[in-house]
Amino acid sequence: MSVAYVRETPAEALPPPSTAVGAIGWLRANLFNGWFNTILTLVGFYLVYIIVVPFLEFAIFDAVWTGENREACIGPEVGACWPFVWAKFGQFMYGTYPDPQRWRVDLVAVMFIASMVPLAIPGVPYKRWNAIFFFAIFPVLAFILLVGGFLGLELVETARWGGLLVTIVVSYVGIVASLPLGVLLALGRRSKLPIIKTFSVVFIEFWRGVPLITVLFMSSVMLPLFLPDGVSFDKLLRALIGIALFSSAYMAEVIRGGLQAIPKGQYEAGQAVGLGYWQSMRLIILPQALKLVIPGIVNSFISLLKDTSLVLIIGIFDLLGIIQRNFTDANWATPVTSHTGYLFAGLIFWMLCFGMSRYSIFMERRLDTSRR
Amino acid sequence: MAVQNELGTDTSSGRVSPFYDPRIRGIVFQAALVIFVVVLVYIGASNAIENLQSQNIASGFGFLGNTAGFAISQTLIPYSVTSTYGDAFVVGLLNTLLVAAIGIVLATILGFIIGIARLSSNWLVAKVATAYVEIVRNLPLLLQLLFWYFAVVKSLPSPRESYGPLAGIYLNIRGLFMPKPVFGPGSWLFDAAIVVAIVAIVVIWRWASQRQAATGQQFPTLWTSLALFFGLPLFALVVTGFPVTFEMPELKGFNFTGGMRMEPEFVALLLGLVIYTASFIAEIVRAGIQAVSHGQTEAAGALGFRRGLTLRLVVIPQAMRVIIPPLTNQYLNLTKNSSLAVAIGYPDLVSVFAGTVLNQTGQAVEVIFITMLVYLTISLLTSAFMNWFNLRMALVER
Repeated sequence: MSVAYVRETPAEALPPPSTAVGAIGWLRANLFNGWFNTILTLVGFYLVYIIVVPFLEFAIFDAVWTGENREACIGPEVGACWPFVWAKFGQFMYGTYPDPQRWRVDLVAVMFIASMVPLAIPGVPYKRWNAIFFFAIFPVLAFILLVGGFLGLELVETARWGGLLVTIVVSYVGIVASLPLGVLLALGRRSKLPIIKTFSVVFIEFWRGVPLITVLFMSSVMLPLFLPDGVSFDKLLRALIGIALFSSAYMAEVIRGGLQAIPKGQYEAGQAVGLGYWQSMRLIILPQALKLVIPGIVNSFISLLKDTSLVLIIGIFDLLGIIQRNFTDANWATPVTSHTGYLFAGLIFWMLCFGMSRYSIFMERRLDTSRR
Repeated sequence: MAVQNELGTDTSSGRVSPFYDPRIRGIVFQAALVIFVVVLVYIGASNAIENLQSQNIASGFGFLGNTAGFAISQTLIPYSVTSTYGDAFVVGLLNTLLVAAIGIVLATILGFIIGIARLSSNWLVAKVATAYVEIVRNLPLLLQLLFWYFAVVKSLPSPRESYGPLAGIYLNIRGLFMPKPVFGPGSWLFDAAIVVAIVAIVVIWRWASQRQAATGQQFPTLWTSLALFFGLPLFALVVTGFPVTFEMPELKGFNFTGGMRMEPEFVALLLGLVIYTASFIAEIVRAGIQAVSHGQTEAAGALGFRRGLTLRLVVIPQAMRVIIPPLTNQYLNLTKNSSLAVAIGYPDLVSVFAGTVLNQTGQAVEVIFITMLVYLTISLLTSAFMNWFNLRMALVER
């Protein structure tokens, strides 16, 4: 048998068809593979079109950017009334905190950011001192600066606080107060002592079972009844107590998750080297457990930040509350004022919460060693 | 022992000093806690009694029988200004349960759709679903509720210019109007047909799955059930000569009369709750489906399962095990979050009872106690059900 022709080298590979590569290939593979996906894509495009286009028109293209009062924002096809936000920006940030004293809030904000950022970045050294400052020294400094009344600082009543200041204060205090309480409750729930365990379980399940709004009602209406005659708490402080107790129950569950993730060998190792309960908790278990639950703590901080807006129902003006209150200002009464206000509040809340949720995901990846 | 002897410690009993004895320490700690709680309760209670007396506020639960004297916009049971505070409580509770029940159903449907869409191979659909989740989840629910109520529902057109997407359905500033079915005489057969159809479907499902397990023969359960569910009631209607009529909402003067009406507050609350909760449910569904290892899908493919069957018989049953516990948590959250109704004036439990009734009677302790007790009961019942369900669904390992 003789073969007429044998190819000695393999043929050059043909380039893939133009419909399988490049932009068209990508479109075919990701958007239009099959009739069902094509319909989905078209529906998706339609949804994006009817939501994104009016939103952009309202927020940017049709929006009014400059003006002195409501006159600027009245018209047939007017979008967001941004001058309203510029005019009220001070209130949205500080509430009615007196103007000449606002540097105190600014100083607290600078200290807050300057101590929180290095604490959040894993590579920065002196974590221990940083944490001590952020969780123990900073609250005292912030209290002195914000409240005043001594050291030559003018007293500013909390009734004049408002806006983002209150939002941040409430959620920060909620987290800082709930951390130690949460640790104690989580340890209590895992304790072998029956009374302590029962107490912790009842406490945690009670606060987790009721809505925050009833807790706020309780702290604003019921708490004063339980105090002796003549003793009265500030309204903001009462809300803070309620929120701290409420969030400590959630924090306890987050920390319990971390405690459960520590292998039993660690507990036994602590006992083997002769450490007592508190010593082994302080030196071995809690440092590991708390590190594990950093994402969980950040997530509770996010939900607490969102929940702080509820204080407006008991008459404390947080960011959302103060924006809502300004809708009644006759100087700025236009049909788009409320939409603009909600948009602004939404943008601020969203940036804070989204930023923190990204951070929590980043920490989760960093702490998760299983994939490496 | 030898070491201890050299140090001169007490070895006769072989025990540590009482100060370091964990047992004694435990007793001391617990006693301290009990004393602390008792003292706190005693101080609080004695202050409360004193304050209540000095402010002339009655105590006890007698106020529940007093006349309420205020109207409620949405009532599921007969209620008027002359009804009692107890009636107002029931109205509020039913309104809370109503919005929670409808919200749970809708949020589950929307959440599953979006959760599955996030995993879609369609790039656009996946991105749209991701954007939805990331935007909605990171905005406070209260902000969303206020937006839906004040910025959307309150700027709907007047009844004269209302939207009418389908015949008989109208959406305007006064709420959502729908045709209301009116059951005439003889419609009991229709109700009976629905019950019979449901019972028959359950029986057929059991029989079919037993037969398939025993013999491998399949039975078209889905089509049979659908036919039963729609066919039997329709048959009953035909036999009795259509006793069901629809009362259409009609525009009279400045408002609609007749038909069914959903209050604007209800519409806004439902929208806000469903959209917010669905974003969390979507994440739970996505995580649950991703938790089923890819090997399971491949194994089903190797056995020759079609894609739909793989989803239905292999992926979803395993994903449900991961999904259901956090899903129940979200249901509870939705129920608790419905208390935000107070901000937009929907008459739920908190708004009616812990709001109006508390202000009128001043009996803060009792009112808050009852309100919290209701939510606690709901959440404890749910977790009891959850534990039972988990036990049933838990992986049985051999």
